[in-house]
Amino acid sequence: MKVISADHAVAHGARLARVEVVPAFPITPQTLIVELIAEFINDGELDADFLPVESEHSAMSAAIGACAGGARAFTATSSQGLALMHEMLYAAPQNRLPVVMVNVNRSLGAASGIWVEYNDSMPERESGWLQVYIEDNQEALDMVIQAYRVAEDREVMLPMMVCLDGFVLSHTVERVDFPDQHLVDSFLPKFKPLYLLDPDEPVTMNPITPPEYAMEMRFQLHRAVDGSKEVIEKVDREYGALTGRTYGGLVDTYQMEDAEIALITLGTVTSTARVVVDHLRSEGKKVGLIKLRFMRPFPSDELESIAENLKALGVFDRSVSFNGFGPVFTETRNALYHLGTPLTNHIAGLGGRDVTFKEVREMFTVIEEHAKGHRVKECHWHGLRGDS
Amino acid sequence: MVAKEIKTIKDLPRDDYLTRGHGACPGCGVAIAVKNIARVLGKDTIVYVPASCLIVFSALYPASAFKWPFFYTAFENTGAVISGIKAALKRRGREVTVIGMAGDGGTFDIGLQALSGAAERNEDVIYVCLDNEAYMNTGIQRSGATPFGAWTTTSPIGKKVQGKREFKKDIDAIVSAHSIPYMATLSIAHPNDFVRKVQKAKSVSGFRFLHVLCPCVPGWRSEASKSVAIARLAVETGMWTLYEVDHGVEKLTYKPKTLVPVKEYLQLQGRFRHMSEEDIEKLQTWICERWKHHFYEEVPVPPCKIEEARKALIIDEDPLHGP
Repeated sequence: MKVISADHAVAHGARLARVEVVPAFPITPQTLIVELIAEFINDGELDADFLPVESEHSAMSAAIGACAGGARAFTATSSQGLALMHEMLYAAPQNRLPVVMVNVNRSLGAASGIWVEYNDSMPERESGWLQVYIEDNQEALDMVIQAYRVAEDREVMLPMMVCLDGFVLSHTVERVDFPDQHLVDSFLPKFKPLYLLDPDEPVTMNPITPPEYAMEMRFQLHRAVDGSKEVIEKVDREYGALTGRTYGGLVDTYQMEDAEIALITLGTVTSTARVVVDHLRSEGKKVGLIKLRFMRPFPSDELESIAENLKALGVFDRSVSFNGFGPVFTETRNALYHLGTPLTNHIAGLGGRDVTFKEVREMFTVIEEHAKGHRVKECHWHGLRGDS
Repeated sequence: MVAKEIKTIKDLPRDDYLTRGHGACPGCGVAIAVKNIARVLGKDTIVYVPASCLIVFSALYPASAFKWPFFYTAFENTGAVISGIKAALKRRGREVTVIGMAGDGGTFDIGLQALSGAAERNEDVIYVCLDNEAYMNTGIQRSGATPFGAWTTTSPIGKKVQGKREFKKDIDAIVSAHSIPYMATLSIAHPNDFVRKVQKAKSVSGFRFLHVLCPCVPGWRSEASKSVAIARLAVETGMWTLYEVDHGVEKLTYKPKTLVPVKEYLQLQGRFRHMSEEDIEKLQTWICERWKHHFYEEVPVPPCKIEEARKALIIDEDPLHGP
């Protein structure tokens, strides 16, 4: 057990997963990850090649090249860096290359800042990458190890992005338990590529694909993302049997057994919301919490069975599609449309603004009003200075 | 098995790793270059091709003309992807040549950053620039490699401006400035020099850069049967200099007996047909300066008229820039 930041927890996760090639470029608040990995390699604690590339675009390119060459590849990025990688992200899923990358969520573009917001990773949910959102430092370490097991599963063979809140997690220390190396080794065997660049058995990877074939390849990828759900659940259970820690797979719930209203959260806000749920429960209110862990695959069926009997449901978003709703809300409404559950969107914490107990309480107040059948706005911005 | 050293084309194995039946145009300089590079490098090679003519004519699903393992992802990342592939192969304990084959756009322009990064890290890979002097695959747009005066679809022959107004970027000097182990310029018209340089690149470790001039029939508006002749004239006129930089030592590998006027090179290609006497003279002067730079000797008049006092060639006629 050590007291470390989530960035360092990630680096230890990569070390325990015995990553082999780490192309890296620095960007705040991701830097602590690759700095510590570079130290592991130079100290001989990790047998891997560190490629200090000249941009994030090249970091992803080199990771894809390394994975195609048969090595377990890892990289990390954030915000503008992820945006620069955007083009390359699409090559990994379609070539079925299970690269694992940690994205430390950070706001993007004008109103520039280095603080948490999900508008960097949310647009990448169309890329074919699996995406998990992390609540605490222990989960960060555990998920890097789990990510390789899921990504490299023969039924999946897809890249995976582990997303964690910039600064709230990346630079904040917590107690983290390290699983034994031999335990990790038994859980995560050496990477066996499905396809490989090898002169003894030459293959052509990623030729130009005419319309006669391309659509079926997209369909196969669509099915693979869908099919990863079972593997994610299975891997989480297996990891729990080994280490005693499970995370619920695609979604985790809190106080949902008899809940009448609930809030969907992801990332660190979940911890804040848990405390608010406890407060509201002590006041006799039947409230619950749904921790959404994966955006891809999106757990539509799982949410449906959890939300079936709710009188109203709110959805937290730390990013926004301008002139519309937050992406988590949009996806949730898609998934639950036929249930007719009254839904509201709660946008908060943009640009790294704190999401406090007060704001989460406000969210529940709106959901409660909605459950009573009162008219409420569909989309609320919480914590704005001035009118909302 | 110790491979026989390849010194001339007589030693060149007949095994093809870019096979017949690919989709290149007749007379394609790129196809000639790649086929012969592949013959020298042999079996234990992995090739990465960025967006370019080469990917389209060699690997169109469900067929492939490469007998090598082949990978493609994007346009600007040749230096980075081959770095990653090499790292993985090294970890797997495999002695494999990893080669990236990019066009001039993917090297001089959009790919320059990744190229520079890989060169600076001295990655153990071969980077080949197949230079046909424009973005041929997207329909003949000017690149940093396009010569002065040339017509392209983005340097058209207008009423006010005719052809490209800038000179070709000296990518070889840029790459050499990274102090890499080996850099060489190649021509498909000088096959012995060609295979010797590829062989040398294969035998050296660290970052190696091969730059091949590849005539392009549709882009240069030339005859398919004239590609090799045009490539030869490029060398004889000084439009292309054959040299290498081996561990910092620069060496010319072929010197034309006399400098043939550039006009003879230009007149075989439709892309230069419009050029005015004045523009041809400008291009000739540029060539003569490069000739002097490479061969340390003045070029007689004609073809050159170099004013003694002139310090630098000013081409935009902007009085603020000098002379």
